[in-house]
Amino acid sequence: MDYFLTEEQQMIRDTAREIAEKKIVPARAEMDAKGIFPTEILKVCAESDLFGLYIPEEYGGFGGGIFENVIAIEELSKACIGVSVSFAGSGLGAYPILISGSEEQKKKFLPQIASGEQIAAFGLTEANAGSDAGGTQTTAKLDGNEYVLNGTKQWITNGGEAGIYTVIAMTNKARGSRGASAFIVEKGTPGFSFGKKEDKMGIRASATRELIFEDCRIPKENLIGKEGMGFLVAMKTLDKSRPGIAAQGVGLAQGALDESVKYARKRVQFGKPVIAFQAVQHMLADMAVQTEAARALTYAVSKFIDSAPKDISKASAFSKLYSSDVAMKVTVDAVQVFGGYGYMKEYPVEKMMRDAKILQIYEGTNQIQRNVIGQALIKEYAKRGK
Amino acid sequence: MKIVVCIKEVPATTKVKINPETNTLMREGVESIINPYDVYALEEGVCVKERLGGGSVVALSMGPPQVERSLKEAISLGADEAILLSDRAFAGSDTLATSYTLAMALDKIGDVGLVICGKQAIDGDTAQVGPEMSEKLDIPFVACVRKILEITEEKAIVERMTDDGYDVIELPLPAVITVVKDINTPRIAGLKGKMRAKKARITVWTATDINADEERIGLTGSTTKVTKVFAPQPRGLGMMLEGSPEEIIDSLYDHLKSGHVI
Ligand SMILES: Cc1cc2nc3c(=O)[nH]c(=O)nc-3n(C[C@@H](O)[C@H](O)[C@H](O)COP(=O)(O)OP(=O)(O)OC[C@H]3O[C@@H](n4cnc5c(N)ncnc54)[C@H](O)[C@@H]3O)c2cc1C
Ligand SMILES: Cc1cc2nc3c(=O)[nH]c(=O)nc-3n(C[C@H](O)[C@H](O)[C@H](O)COP(=O)(O)OP(=O)(O)OC[C@H]3O[C@@H](n4cnc5c(N)ncnc54)[C@H](O)[C@@H]3O)c2cc1C
Repeated sequence: MDYFLTEEQQMIRDTAREIAEKKIVPARAEMDAKGIFPTEILKVCAESDLFGLYIPEEYGGFGGGIFENVIAIEELSKACIGVSVSFAGSGLGAYPILISGSEEQKKKFLPQIASGEQIAAFGLTEANAGSDAGGTQTTAKLDGNEYVLNGTKQWITNGGEAGIYTVIAMTNKARGSRGASAFIVEKGTPGFSFGKKEDKMGIRASATRELIFEDCRIPKENLIGKEGMGFLVAMKTLDKSRPGIAAQGVGLAQGALDESVKYARKRVQFGKPVIAFQAVQHMLADMAVQTEAARALTYAVSKFIDSAPKDISKASAFSKLYSSDVAMKVTVDAVQVFGGYGYMKEYPVEKMMRDAKILQIYEGTNQIQRNVIGQALIKEYAKRGK
Repeated sequence: MKIVVCIKEVPATTKVKINPETNTLMREGVESIINPYDVYALEEGVCVKERLGGGSVVALSMGPPQVERSLKEAISLGADEAILLSDRAFAGSDTLATSYTLAMALDKIGDVGLVICGKQAIDGDTAQVGPEMSEKLDIPFVACVRKILEITEEKAIVERMTDDGYDVIELPLPAVITVVKDINTPRIAGLKGKMRAKKARITVWTATDINADEERIGLTGSTTKVTKVFAPQPRGLGMMLEGSPEEIIDSLYDHLKSGHVI
């Protein structure tokens, strides 16, 4: 369907599509099998000016919004969401600075991220703090002009690969959720190291690692916003980044649909291509409708967020929840359309199905998304006074 | 110095039809692209500029007005400016007229240190334009360059691909080279390049602008005439002979004999 993209948005789409087709598709199976991080492909994304789509021009970006970024992520995701999460993860790491950073922080860090010279990462999750970020145990203590960080972040996308990390740590445990703060930590800072790379079910091209802080001293200036604002910054960040996960779902579902239709036209059983069987057609029809609906919702939510409304949590959750569920369902069906061949690694759909699962888990599980939407409904209807 | 990359716009498919009356290509309705080899030529031009740390890359093409689109693409891929030689008088040029016209334009551009062409155009396929142009300009020429080992403002050392290896050739500049696909991996046009291309103005020069002798351009200046273009007759199916070597020899002999070959 035509979403009436502007000329600039079409350029973004075409550029990302070219990278997906020329660089990602030929390499994805090997990156998946061996768990190779897509350093070269991200370099091409950088040279093609894709890393700064949502960053204002004054900080070296393209000056677009969430929607521009979503267009790029969707195209990359058609080929491989292991690559696209590495790309999008940089945005996740940059949002805290963009949303709540000081002018100095923006000037120092955003241009490096916009140019792709450095990629970024976001560290919130810990062993005992998953859905419940309140369980955060990493601490940051002010000591003179420096904060001293101690603790371990778990499952951080782009861990070890990124140069710039935004990290949530407790500055005052006694204050509970109001005792967390957000910090910028640069790779190479003494006391900052990485745990082993996780061996994952899917998105195996992406790097997921621990961030280990042992008396890691960072300048006081690296505090984002004020002390105590950490969880607020984290929540605002996730509200802005979730449409990116939705875009991963849309792209992945589209990629799976494309492969399925192509295959069903070629595969002959009972003397005809399997696409001639109505049962197969119906499966493909459902896949197509769901993918398009996910895209329409994701685009609408992105444009809504770009219009800078006050509350975006519910809309943001809509897009992430729906598109990731669609991606899971469509990729499962894609394997079904392929039959036994779909179960084999020679074809890309088994990887797509393994990859899809993460979309229902990270950046807030889909249960948590439903919680967010439910809470928003309660508030909304309470306001209406009925 | 200026690095000029010659770009020809060609039909996107190799299944182009030929007008049986005029024996010319029927381009109508076929999507046009930059001749694939020329994309490598352009990338190399941009790389040379980056290596020299200065200069500019000029994309040059002779063709109808719609070639502007391909020249804009050249700008998105790194060319600093683009010049289109477009004039009704250029129509029907053969390689002789094409290379004369391009050479006259190079003269007008001035300060050209290196001219890079594709190895050949995928439609015309003659691989003549590059060398003919160097003759007209009276400067050195190397075909099928697969690597530029060294380059300064004064000279270049290049590897020329051959059937069974490569030659290393040193040549003084200015010079003309044609390149093969091994030479580089063309970049993907980024957003900044595309935005620049969108805004760019393409310079258009006519025959008068480049002081071309009207006897030497277009159909008038073309000395080759294609008298006939045809698809070769398909050859009959081959035949596989089976059996022991002796049986095969006997069978082959019988076939040759009955076919009156021997
Ligand atoms: C069916 C058919 C009919 C033809 N009819 C005639 C004819 O009647 N008479 C005749 O002599 N020729 C004819 N040609 C060939 C002629 O039109 C050539 O296409 C043209 O002169 C360029 O030569 P080429 O395509 O072989 O380029 P090549 O010499 O193979 O190209 C090498 C390189 O030169 C450069 N280059 C070539 N053309 C241009 C250009 N226009 N602008 C900028 N750079 C360029 C590019 O860098 C290119 O990679 C015909 C070709 C075909 C297929
Ligand atoms: C590959 C990968 C990459 C990741 N990248 C990052 C990253 O870059 N940065 C980062 O900070 N984190 C990252 N994470 C962490 C991710 O965001 C968490 O895994 C996720 O938030 C869920 O936390 P958990 O795994 O601890 O699950 P848990 O919170 O332990 O949840 C277990 C189950 O309980 C359910 N549950 C929990 N609480 C509730 C509730 N209140 N209501 C209903 N159901 C509930 C969950 O939905 C889930 O089904 C990544 C994770 C993975 C696997």
